[in-house]
Amino acid sequence: MAVAQRKTDIGPPDFKQFLHPLIKKNYGTWKYHEILEPGVMVHVAESGDRIYTVRAGTPRLLSIESIRTFAGLADTYTGGYLRWTSRHNVEFLLDDPAKIGPLKKELHELGYPVGGTGNGISSIVHTQGWVHCHSSASDASGVVKAVMDELYGHFTHMDLPAKLRVAYACCLNMCGAVHCSDIAILGVHTKAPTINHGDLPKMCEVPTLVASCPTGAIRPASVDGKQSVEVEEEQCMFCGNCYTVCPAMQINNAETDGISIWVGGKVSNARTEPKFSKLAIPFLPNNPPRWPEVVEAVVNIVNVYAKHARKHERMGEWIERIGWPRFFELTGIPFTKYHIDDFKHAGETFKRSTHLKHTR
Amino acid sequence: MEKKELKTPLLDELEKGPWPSFVREIKKSAEKNPMARDTLGQLERSYEDRISHWKHGGLVGVMGYGGGVIGRYSDLPEEFPEVAAFHTYRVNQPSGWFYTSEALRTICDIWEKHGSGLTNMHGSTGDIILLGSKTEALEPCFADLTEAGWDLGGSGSDVRTPSCCVGPARCEWACYDTLEACYDITQSYQDELHRPMFPYKYKFKFAGCPNDCVAAIARSDMSIIGTWKDAIQIDQEKVREYASDGVDIEAEVVDLCPTGCIAWDGQKITIDNSECVKCMHCINVMPKALAPGKERGATILIGAKAPIVGGALLSSVFVPFIEMKPPFEEIKELAEAIWDVWGEYGKNRERVGEFIQRVGLGNFLEEIGLEPVPEMIAHPRTNPYIFFDEELEEDEDEE
Repeated sequence: MAVAQRKTDIGPPDFKQFLHPLIKKNYGTWKYHEILEPGVMVHVAESGDRIYTVRAGTPRLLSIESIRTFAGLADTYTGGYLRWTSRHNVEFLLDDPAKIGPLKKELHELGYPVGGTGNGISSIVHTQGWVHCHSSASDASGVVKAVMDELYGHFTHMDLPAKLRVAYACCLNMCGAVHCSDIAILGVHTKAPTINHGDLPKMCEVPTLVASCPTGAIRPASVDGKQSVEVEEEQCMFCGNCYTVCPAMQINNAETDGISIWVGGKVSNARTEPKFSKLAIPFLPNNPPRWPEVVEAVVNIVNVYAKHARKHERMGEWIERIGWPRFFELTGIPFTKYHIDDFKHAGETFKRSTHLKHTR
Repeated sequence: MEKKELKTPLLDELEKGPWPSFVREIKKSAEKNPMARDTLGQLERSYEDRISHWKHGGLVGVMGYGGGVIGRYSDLPEEFPEVAAFHTYRVNQPSGWFYTSEALRTICDIWEKHGSGLTNMHGSTGDIILLGSKTEALEPCFADLTEAGWDLGGSGSDVRTPSCCVGPARCEWACYDTLEACYDITQSYQDELHRPMFPYKYKFKFAGCPNDCVAAIARSDMSIIGTWKDAIQIDQEKVREYASDGVDIEAEVVDLCPTGCIAWDGQKITIDNSECVKCMHCINVMPKALAPGKERGATILIGAKAPIVGGALLSSVFVPFIEMKPPFEEIKELAEAIWDVWGEYGKNRERVGEFIQRVGLGNFLEEIGLEPVPEMIAHPRTNPYIFFDEELEEDEDEE
């Protein structure tokens, strides 16, 4: 009997069918580009052809209604060609510079800001949070929205010393490159998991669960005659890895979950090597709907950086030049024992010289 | 039956302010879609309770695949029955996230029929995220997607959906064809992508130059970052134009070169290319005047990851320079050699980077069949605890 063949493993569609004709024609032969104004670029090919890009910020979470709106804009202004960036911005690709103004006007009226280029802030790369994640210590979209409302001017204007890349992750799993951002906002759990001994034997493999703990804090135990585990709470660093492998290890806690702030990371190799973000603020309260403490902390760091950094100096490069003592002094952020690393190879993060400025 | 009005006073606060609002997006879909409406209701409850109301997924997916669908259930199924099961598809994006309006409308139509109408453009790894459908919709939605030419991406312990920067499609700095490499590798490893069989996830990311716009070095097990070997191309006329347009060449270019290999005499710049580390800074400042060299390829670095389980790692140099030409045989041979070693000796949920830390890069190189070279390290070891090979001891005995 003939059955319709079920299609599998076809992979993604070939990108070439989605390329603007000018891009197809000049593929691999681009000569240079210019940022004409915030959010608007021109790329010039060896052939002399010019492709214009209009970049707009989006909330990452998009309804199909909005995607259809973008598709409609593309039909009107670009012959139907558009793309997204690695930071959730939508980009419209135009061959006619006369259409840039009208497209910008429509995007503005729809509430999608044009910008995100050059020495400013691009969209915040972020995770799911309470919209769809089980292990999130906080929401993601809400914090990002509240922070970007305040940093909006740095998206629409290129008014910072260098690029400033902000990222948000709602737990230590860090979906996305949060750990190498100029400013990373990170949801944290601060209490050991609550064990549901009734569900655990039904839902989880004890050996896998025990092995999941990076500090060996989880041990097999018999509870009311049933196979379960116990947690040595003093060894727990609240990573939530046990919860990921076993739903009976509830790590989320409405009272004690919060948000931490990290600074000075980058992925680009420009000037200095890529670097991790380092802890600036270990804990801020989880305060929906607009997280005022987090917003204030991020805005403060951005303002101090904007005032003191030299041109082309990324957050981490600026801090390395002035030194961490002065970073804490200028930002007014209290330095605590939590800032001192106590995980693997912690000694490498200690100051091992007398190169000190003694200005405090 | 008339629905009672859904009140979301906390989320309504996030419709205020100039940045585009995700709440407005959910509300747009909620006007027509009951799943989006219950998403909104449950999210408001999370804002009240300050906790997630989603539960672990368990095993859901489409027939024959082990990845690509993230299972999710509400812990308030009676109050929000439309999202009692709310599974997410990862749909493999096209290289460079290029679309036509027609392609986007096709995806929207499929998603209107089978799911919540909510998406992420895009997920952190790069997939198109179709956010939330019921269990019974999984197979029909998958059938419609594949019929339209779309397939699922990775999840779990498999090859995760590879992604790449905009590359030669619209960037003069692309040192190889990131889009073609991403497409070729993705198509070559469909089995590894859809059927988890590794100790843990394995990510490929393709960046065209050392600016690394896809953050390959921070988050991919195999980071393929474009670079060049020969001299930076210089247009002296354009350098003078930048200078007369206000770029302080001495302060902004010469002084910021990490190896001090640039000189400027007010008329022309000279670069000692033998000292250049291809950082991109001078090219970034003067894109009209400078360009990467012509002998282009990529550096392969391995082992980046986020903190879980054993701490975050950046990728480190594995092959200092290779040419990047289709069909990318060297990349494939290396990836498969890594999968053989790591697949056999890696522990459950141990990324390649962590595995290398545990067994030692030297031992790992021997297993893969690569010669150690000093480009792989920041500096040689500082501790004297060397695990000498037995053969070496025998050699010494003979002398």
